[in-house]
Amino acid sequence: MNIPKDLRYTKTHEWIKPNQETVTVGITDYAQHEISDIVFVELPKVGQEAAQGKAICVVESVKAAFDIYAPVSGVVKSINTTLESDPAMANKDPYGNGWFFELTPADSEEINNCLSHSEYEDFLKQSTH
Amino acid sequence: MRYLPLSQEDRQVMLDTIGVEHFGQMLQAIPASLRNPEIRIPESLSEHEIRDLLGGLAKKNLNSKDHKSYLGAGAYEHYIPSVVQMVLMRNEFYTAYTPYQAEASQGSLQAIFEYQSMICELTGMDAANGSHYDGSTAVAEAVLLSLSKTRRRKVLIARSLNPEYKRVIQTYLSESNLAYAEIPFDANGALDREQLKQLLTDEIACVVVATPNFLGLEEDLTNMASWVHEKGALFILVSNPLALGYFKTPAEWGADIACGEGQPLGIPPSLGGPWLGYFATTRALVRQIPGRLVGLTKDTMGNRAFCLTLQAREQHIRRERAASNICTNQALCAIAACAYLSCLGKEGLKEVAALNMDRAWYFRDEIIKLPGVKLITKGPIFNEFTVQLPKSVSAVNQALLSHGIMGGFDLETVYPELTNTTVLCATEVKTKADIDFFLECLKAVLS
Amino acid sequence: MITKPLTGLMTKDELIFERSKAGKKGISFPKERIFSKPLAARIPDLYQRKQTTALPEISEPEIVRHFVNLSRKNFSIDTHFYPLGSCTMKYNPKINEEIARLDGFAWIHPFQTPETIQGALQVLFELQEMLCEITGMDAFSLQPAAGAHGELCGMMLVRAYYHQRQDFKRTKVIVPDSSHGTNPASAALCGFEVVTTPSGPDGRVDLIALEKAMDDHTACLMLTNPNTLGLFEKDILQITRLAHQKGILLYYDGANLNPLLGIVRPGDMGFDIVHLNLHKTFSTPHGGGGPGAGPVGVKKSLIPFLPVPAIKKKNSVFELDSNQPHSIGKVRSFFGNFGVLLRAYVYIRTIGSDGLTQISRDAILNANYLRRRLEKLLEIPYNDYCMHEFVATVRQYKSKGLHASDFGKRMLDFGIHAPTVHFPLVVEDALMIEPTETESKEVLDQLVEVFEIMVKEANDDPESLKKAPYTMPIRRPDEVQAARKPILSWRDYSQDLKRPSSPDMPSTG
Repeated sequence: MNIPKDLRYTKTHEWIKPNQETVTVGITDYAQHEISDIVFVELPKVGQEAAQGKAICVVESVKAAFDIYAPVSGVVKSINTTLESDPAMANKDPYGNGWFFELTPADSEEINNCLSHSEYEDFLKQSTH
Repeated sequence: MRYLPLSQEDRQVMLDTIGVEHFGQMLQAIPASLRNPEIRIPESLSEHEIRDLLGGLAKKNLNSKDHKSYLGAGAYEHYIPSVVQMVLMRNEFYTAYTPYQAEASQGSLQAIFEYQSMICELTGMDAANGSHYDGSTAVAEAVLLSLSKTRRRKVLIARSLNPEYKRVIQTYLSESNLAYAEIPFDANGALDREQLKQLLTDEIACVVVATPNFLGLEEDLTNMASWVHEKGALFILVSNPLALGYFKTPAEWGADIACGEGQPLGIPPSLGGPWLGYFATTRALVRQIPGRLVGLTKDTMGNRAFCLTLQAREQHIRRERAASNICTNQALCAIAACAYLSCLGKEGLKEVAALNMDRAWYFRDEIIKLPGVKLITKGPIFNEFTVQLPKSVSAVNQALLSHGIMGGFDLETVYPELTNTTVLCATEVKTKADIDFFLECLKAVLS
Repeated sequence: MITKPLTGLMTKDELIFERSKAGKKGISFPKERIFSKPLAARIPDLYQRKQTTALPEISEPEIVRHFVNLSRKNFSIDTHFYPLGSCTMKYNPKINEEIARLDGFAWIHPFQTPETIQGALQVLFELQEMLCEITGMDAFSLQPAAGAHGELCGMMLVRAYYHQRQDFKRTKVIVPDSSHGTNPASAALCGFEVVTTPSGPDGRVDLIALEKAMDDHTACLMLTNPNTLGLFEKDILQITRLAHQKGILLYYDGANLNPLLGIVRPGDMGFDIVHLNLHKTFSTPHGGGGPGAGPVGVKKSLIPFLPVPAIKKKNSVFELDSNQPHSIGKVRSFFGNFGVLLRAYVYIRTIGSDGLTQISRDAILNANYLRRRLEKLLEIPYNDYCMHEFVATVRQYKSKGLHASDFGKRMLDFGIHAPTVHFPLVVEDALMIEPTETESKEVLDQLVEVFEIMVKEANDDPESLKKAPYTMPIRRPDEVQAARKPILSWRDYSQDLKRPSSPDMPSTG
């Protein structure tokens, strides 16, 4: 399972990458593997408010729909429209071209509630046993 | 019992295999105090006795094959080609299960795909689902979709929408603190466009309008879609699908959702059901459509195949997060509509629509020549119209019955100000002679 | 274009739109035209349709051949065995169909006055009474059009009941983890918060966990009994007593009523609300996914909330009563799916008080016989005397990459419909098997033989199972493509065909 060291994580399997002013959010390799073939991503709207831990968009596989939760509170700054035409990108390249959206955080401290890569790795180990 | 294949010997052999002395041993989990209740229902009947009994009960109902009926108001008498009955009687269709196992259900799946295609053709919309329970629940589901899509809590419903539909919408909404308001109609029965503009705010989730409306009038919906869309609401249009042979489609009026009753498409009235709720949307709403959808794809050998699709939001998968709790459509009724529309084809659709207008327009033109009869629906109609009579509708209908005629629906029961007012319907099954006979009888009743 | 020979009795795969040719028609109309001039021209332009329709133009013999050949690409209960758990795919009697097509039932209008539909109202009234007797309830509404619709109606009744008592704090509905998916969906649609409780080690409700979940915010407990493992909840009387002590209503999901006819009644168990699936227990056809009917029965205290109109009998005359101030309203127009209700009425009158119990006894006997025979081949996690169904698992084949659905698909090749697979959720790789009472011992024995073959295949050649079925009109459909790029109509499809770079498109043949 690929868990890049430079990202932060949530227990709901989102990853967060801190940028200058914003954070980029996507789903982890583990999540895309569990969901399997992603057929549709309902992205949030640009300008939409996000609250930490609250559902903000939906990912669909053939047989299930999954909520994606905002890892931090803030306002959606941009979305990855590639996923609208090619949802499989979230399977192929979850940490790269398969990113979901970019948030301007309301509180720069909130990201500290997220897991580090080693904490996420431990969390995965525990929850899959 | 002729429905049970096990012989007495089979039952004993099976009990032995299971390893029980007697049947009751398998019921140990059931508290003894509850077992073997007395069920006071009649004893069994032979098929012959059933046929006689039910034949007798059927005769106690006045049916529109024996009595000329001018009742419309949401359920219509059309001729159903025998081909449609034949299709419905195919055991492989009517005794099949829901097509979850696509490989063993290509027949049902393809027929529903063809039905969806035909609903798209009729309404001009981009995508249709495999159907809902009936018109009332289809419209209620459309309203629910608008609430979840817009995240708003208020709906605007034309007062001239079928009252049964309005009652169902109110029931669906009543428990959730949602506001319901009605758009009035004017003296001609037409939607009050100025009132609609006034009522439209940016808190409204949807506007629901019927055309033809419950009084039979085709509505002028010019610009309405853009007013609705300016406020960020969804425009939901309810049409008689057969009227769409000549009248503007929901897509042409700019609807986001087209829905309503598919009963006119080859389904008998059967006291209100089973019927068929059709439901179609624009491309933008495809993934929000509640209920079953059949998609075309290929199988692993590259051959064309059909399967249920966009199921991710259905109840059996998403449980409490599902978009709707619906798990069936009216598959068999959808297949009936598909067969009916196949019989009609492009030209037959126009022809049947023209015949309906031929009968109803003549009926309207002639009835208003009778003394004291006043036309309410001044404007274009399809196969029904509203008139005010000089006497109470119930009294008139009672008198017409003695001539073997079932009169129109009494609008006073749902719109109290419309005293002595009735909506009358004539479809292609009526002849000029039928209508003339009705007019003669009505004349006698009114004089 | 024919490109390859056809197999079996199958015919060329064509969409009805592909058979269309301009000018053909499958219907004839009377010649009479009252107006000599075409009327369409009199419709003001602004109301006129401009869009053309691509409805197929085709003659009657072609239509008949099209639909008959389509029907032959289906499994159905009249051609195949469906051991489909919780779906009760039993035989659909033919007399029911004949009766439903009588003019006096098919050609009556729901707005006719009650005095002109006395026969139909008598059917509905007596059906209500008989369902009350069979289930031990006090009143029934026949309005809901399907099981899930009945559940929705039932949840509305729960809300109305508490609201009338000014009790607004009861916002939660408890649902066991083994419940049907519709239960939580229906409760959530009515605005309730869904609380899921775990099953105990014996597959039945865990009383301790349940008691803990019940509090004064709980409005209702939804149960199906027997549960989805086919096990009767032996503590049912404690459960209902406990709930009632806490002021909680009990809802009975009647999807699994088939083994209880004349044996035990939900009303006597203590349930306040039940819904029935007439297309399961009461033999009405499934129709490939509807129409069904989902009547709702209640105890006395909930009668005022039932949908309108109520059908009543006064001095041997049947009447409609819409004057019910506390009614939730209407969940569907008119009386529900009358044609389906009528078929169920005919079925109950055919079975009668003397035949009712044997239906359920044979359903139970068939299920337990199959369970005993299959336990030698498959793991049955809760292997106790079952009612009408039981759940096996193929989780031991997981390491070979095989899942329940692979076994289900392979069964199709042997002419037996797949069981319900991957449900209930409490058993991994579940196969939920319900034979019903209308299957013979010989058919059940065939199912066992099929499992013998499949188990051998799973051990020797698991890859072959993964690609099954082989003998159906199609192989496994590409559901991922269907969902990523939905083609939902002829219009979608023909536009897609025109696109030059369409490598995904299926070939026809």
